[in-house]
Amino acid sequence: MIASFFLQPVAMILLTGALVAAAGALVGTFLVLQRNSMLSDAISHSIVFGIVVVWLLTHAQSGPVQILGAALTGVLTVFLTELVAGTRRVKRDAAIGLVFPALFAAGVLLLNLYARDVHIDTHTVLLGEIGFVWLDTMMLGSLELPQAVVWMSVVTLANLIYVLMFYKELKLATFDPQLAAALGFAPTALFYVLLALTSTTAVAAFDAVGAVLFIAFVIVPPATAYLLTDRLSLMLVYSVLIGVASSLSGYPVAVMFDVSVGGTMAAMTGVFFLLAFLLGPRHGLLGREWQRRRGE
Amino acid sequence: MLELLGNFTVQTVVIGAVFLGIASGLLGCFAVLRQQSLMGDTLAHAALPGVCIGFLIAGSRHLGWIMAGALGTAVVAALFVQMVTRHSRIKTDAGLGIALSVSFALGVVLLTYIQGQSNASQGGLDSFLFGQAAATQREDLWFMGGVTLVALVLVMLCWKQFKLVTFDPLFAGSIGLPVVVLESVLTSMIALAVVVGLQMVGVVLMTAMVIAPAVAARQWVKQLHHMVILAVVFGIISGVIGVLISASVRHLATGPVVVLVISAIVAVSILLSPGRGVLWSWIHRQRERRTIGQRQMLTTMYKLAAHHDDPYYPVERSMLDSFYGVRTDAILKRLHNQGHVAPASHMPTEGIHWTLTDTGYSEAVRILQSIGAEPSP
Repeated sequence: MIASFFLQPVAMILLTGALVAAAGALVGTFLVLQRNSMLSDAISHSIVFGIVVVWLLTHAQSGPVQILGAALTGVLTVFLTELVAGTRRVKRDAAIGLVFPALFAAGVLLLNLYARDVHIDTHTVLLGEIGFVWLDTMMLGSLELPQAVVWMSVVTLANLIYVLMFYKELKLATFDPQLAAALGFAPTALFYVLLALTSTTAVAAFDAVGAVLFIAFVIVPPATAYLLTDRLSLMLVYSVLIGVASSLSGYPVAVMFDVSVGGTMAAMTGVFFLLAFLLGPRHGLLGREWQRRRGE
Repeated sequence: MLELLGNFTVQTVVIGAVFLGIASGLLGCFAVLRQQSLMGDTLAHAALPGVCIGFLIAGSRHLGWIMAGALGTAVVAALFVQMVTRHSRIKTDAGLGIALSVSFALGVVLLTYIQGQSNASQGGLDSFLFGQAAATQREDLWFMGGVTLVALVLVMLCWKQFKLVTFDPLFAGSIGLPVVVLESVLTSMIALAVVVGLQMVGVVLMTAMVIAPAVAARQWVKQLHHMVILAVVFGIISGVIGVLISASVRHLATGPVVVLVISAIVAVSILLSPGRGVLWSWIHRQRERRTIGQRQMLTTMYKLAAHHDDPYYPVERSMLDSFYGVRTDAILKRLHNQGHVAPASHMPTEGIHWTLTDTGYSEAVRILQSIGAEPSP
């Protein structure tokens, strides 16, 4: 019965979507609170460079080598950004916007020149196709599982372990980096691990939802949760729930209109955000209006 | 490479690249100076649903409609970011990220919707993701040139107002300028640059075209009008070189080449620009450090000489080494070349000694007087 569950296309699509949402929300919560949301944008574009370079070197399209390569590319992106910003000739936001397009362009050109006939064309990298995840399977023991589900489970678990193990340290480094540094919690190291995890999540997710749609799952559910609660622990729970709900509700909509499943799932995160922005009890427009009236 | 310019298609693309360079250099300056660099990124991605809407309205791949649609959704995204960050606790970075990712997702949904309509003329709509410079038609240039002209005229008409709002919005408000309106206009105008670049470099790489020419120009000049002119020049150069390279090598997409060329210009500018460049100020610092070291050495030797009541008192080098904690022979050698010190033999069995020359002595007096420390003898 378990085996047949893992071969049902719909179940696998929903499971992959839910895993992408959960993994993205876990790292995204901290990125949004640290005001580094746009780093996820930079990373998800520049991993294209990493994916192409690793493919040229090893011909591996997915799996552990690709995930390691992606982690390194993500760290490289952030390192280069900090390097450019560190010259103090360029503001940090401009530095982000200078580094990742250059890496992305280099990745696309390498694809143009050396890898014209392979499966990793630029459209897949950007858009992905979650509808086909159940076609690409691998054997795990006696179970036949879709590759995307296996790798997404691994990175989701890794993100969860990181957040649970370093919860206290991450919390302090996010809200008071100076104190964290003074107490010896190495906020910079925590930051780079977080970004390495973000890029591994991005590369595991890109087959399913593509690099750009992945950003939606990293930024939008945590931002929505931020409008609903002031507690970090609740914000993590809410953003995972909102992300998973977007994935699950996006699928039937996509099927109804016969459009991209990944795109619809990502667009649903926007619907949830809009709801929280308008109707949120404390930080939404309506809630603030209500509080103002009551205060009068 | 230059004979390519005789080719009709290449001519068309080069003219397009010139328009792109003008629009992105011009509008990018304001975006970068107002610390809205990543707004270009968001608006470029937000253009995708507009491309699809324009296509749906026109029913074909008509660049005019597609640019109009892209402009519409990009402006909506810009206003969305402004509203969300102003009316909630969401910070700018998250606001930009939300607008970027959700509107791109809507774009993907619309793209697949159009593809599902089995409309024969939809071919190549997704080329707007990465641009397809080679497919530029002569009539497309009218739209690109038109938008560029609009941007130019707007900036010229409102030059003073834009300049003031960019550098001192508080003062601009205090003299009665409509700051909020001007800021919204400036932000929305980034969308004009984005739509000019749709055909050439595509939505994904427009980020670089908005930021890079302005950042490169800022390294060389200080005044806004110089910066704008230089950014336009850099934009045009990168566009034209990019087009020519990609036209002469098979399979090379234009957009990424253009972006790599402008990135190289930025790297050179940050490293080498006179006065501000990283390399330049490194050399300057090294030279400063040397001069300070030499001046310190002269005054130390002067004070030793004064202490011993002997202007030609020979100082042992190893003593200077241990006093400064570093090897001093390089400094002494340079001072020797300038004629300020001379080697002296105190006792032949001991190490090298140095003594001030007459010019060195008067130089030390000059230094001490210049910093207000009266020389003692």
